[in-house]
Amino acid sequence: MSAQKTERLLNLVICLLSTRQFLAKDQIRKAVPQYAECATDEAFDRMFERDKDELRDMGVPLETGGNDAWFDDEVGYRVDGTAYAVPEIRFEPDELAVLGLASRVWQQASLAAPASRALLKLKADGIEPDGSSLVGIEPRVRTSEPAFEPVYAAVRDRRAISFPYRTSGSGEPRTRHVEPWGIVSRHGRWYVVGHDRDRAATRVFRLSRVAGAVTPIGRPGEVRVPAGVDFRSQVAALVPPQPTREALLHTRPRAGLALRRRARQTRPGPDGWDEISVPFSDAEVLAEEVTGFGPDVRVVDPPEVRDAVVRLLRGVLATSPVVGGAR
Amino acid sequence: MSPGATERLSRLLAMVPYLARRQGIPLAEAAVEFGITERQLVKDLELLFVCGTPGHLPDDLIDAEWDDGHVYLNNVDPIARPLRLGVDESLALLVGLRALADVPGLHDRDALERTLAKLEAAAGETAAASAQVSVEVGGRVGPLAEVREALTSRRQVHLTYFVPARDETTERDVDPMRLLMVDARWYLEGWCHRAEEVRLFRLDRIEAVTVLDTPAVPRPAAQRDLSEGLFQPSPEDTVVTLELDPGARWVIDYYPVESVDELADGQLLVRLRAADDRWLRTLVLRLGGSARVLDPLWLADAVRERAESALEAYVRT
Repeated sequence: MSAQKTERLLNLVICLLSTRQFLAKDQIRKAVPQYAECATDEAFDRMFERDKDELRDMGVPLETGGNDAWFDDEVGYRVDGTAYAVPEIRFEPDELAVLGLASRVWQQASLAAPASRALLKLKADGIEPDGSSLVGIEPRVRTSEPAFEPVYAAVRDRRAISFPYRTSGSGEPRTRHVEPWGIVSRHGRWYVVGHDRDRAATRVFRLSRVAGAVTPIGRPGEVRVPAGVDFRSQVAALVPPQPTREALLHTRPRAGLALRRRARQTRPGPDGWDEISVPFSDAEVLAEEVTGFGPDVRVVDPPEVRDAVVRLLRGVLATSPVVGGAR
Repeated sequence: MSPGATERLSRLLAMVPYLARRQGIPLAEAAVEFGITERQLVKDLELLFVCGTPGHLPDDLIDAEWDDGHVYLNNVDPIARPLRLGVDESLALLVGLRALADVPGLHDRDALERTLAKLEAAAGETAAASAQVSVEVGGRVGPLAEVREALTSRRQVHLTYFVPARDETTERDVDPMRLLMVDARWYLEGWCHRAEEVRLFRLDRIEAVTVLDTPAVPRPAAQRDLSEGLFQPSPEDTVVTLELDPGARWVIDYYPVESVDELADGQLLVRLRAADDRWLRTLVLRLGGSARVLDPLWLADAVRERAESALEAYVRT
């Protein structure tokens, strides 16, 4: 079934590429053997219409026109070889190796198939890549979020979508209506940037928080991406600002290395402990990190961080069950 | 209605020019290039063999031969050039290439820019959509250029390496094997002479690196499957069951969880796997009561003990 269709489409492509003249529908019907099997004119018409659409979707530049300026009532079809083919650009062996690396970026992601086919097309001129300088380098992007494919397709096709979305605080997902402008991977996570119709403002959504099916709610091509929007900086704005404050901490010797690594100053403290100054921007975030080190790190200043640590520690004690009998 | 047919047609239209310029290419090699089995490749060739220009007399048909295990293709003129790149195709390569070009020290800048310019020309109007997709991989690259040099010149490196799970810094000699980037982080995969096994080192945790004169011993490439990220479950892992308050939901976005169940009031029941008990202890502590350890009980005990002893210091002073 499917093989027969591939055969028909391939013969159709070859037929349209081999003609300089526009071919009328009935000429095409005779030229492509598989069309002979159509029992009626209507069956052929339907099949030919579908085939044309599928070729166009694949990127085959199907032209329509007439051969005779005086009798142009009969529409004909052809494919211009120059418009059809990849432009004749010669890639050098080292450039092909770089392209190979770029295609391997997607090896475990949803664009793997188009990436490797693109590479094969560019290698079609018979030049072999020289990847000796790139041996052992394997950059990988993953698209493990189930929402990636439908959101990517919507961004590419400029089509509005709706999806259930869970914010970080609440458990209940709410339906959002979004005109997607761009899709960005940052620190290994995918985000979509766009116009949120419900909030009437620009918003960034993390794809891992999309809690169900992504549904197209508009026509392809309808979304207008405003000029000059920088998707990357929109997403970057989500991460914490540069640290502007400094905290004074005491750490047990050789403990709290993650804090020491970014300390501005380290000097001896009391009882053989060290005293370090650590830059921070958000007291709560720093307090959480310090709490993780348990009795190995203590906050001296500011009180805001110190109080937050005490609160977190009390929280741990309040919720952790006393095991092995009462204390 | 059948995506299979157009998908296959796309492959055939790419395959014909590729094979026609590589007359006599072994079947096996061609199959690998196209990511299909040899059997499928033969089926593709059988299909090509009956297609051709109108008339479809023997001389009009594509001439395909593969009897001796090598592929020969002739009479392919109308489709001797590959179909121009589709939107997904040019986007995948352009976005991938721009991401790599952003990584300082990864590769010769000139080669990257030359390739990018040619690719943009080859992509033509399909290049436009690629501006809407962006992958950032260059953030925390650590001593990437040095590690890259050691890998290319096949020499050992000495690392001063920070292990946050154990809160310590270690010294070790490593034979570099691969440079991996997963989830926007760069890793050196290599044979660690201290651990006497293949280990992964995050580049941004390398405090100091020296490229040694000692040649690296060639090691068989470890077949590490990167599809699920770098975290590899092991039977020795601790599996912990946590109850998370809504404020701690972010945990499931950041760490490899085995299962997640929604409870009442936005709470979650999560099973999390970790190789290092100290890391788990730290995680639960920093969640400050918004996570409860249901199992194992010794972990709940350890967390409680650390919290008690930490709190004492504040109450005392």
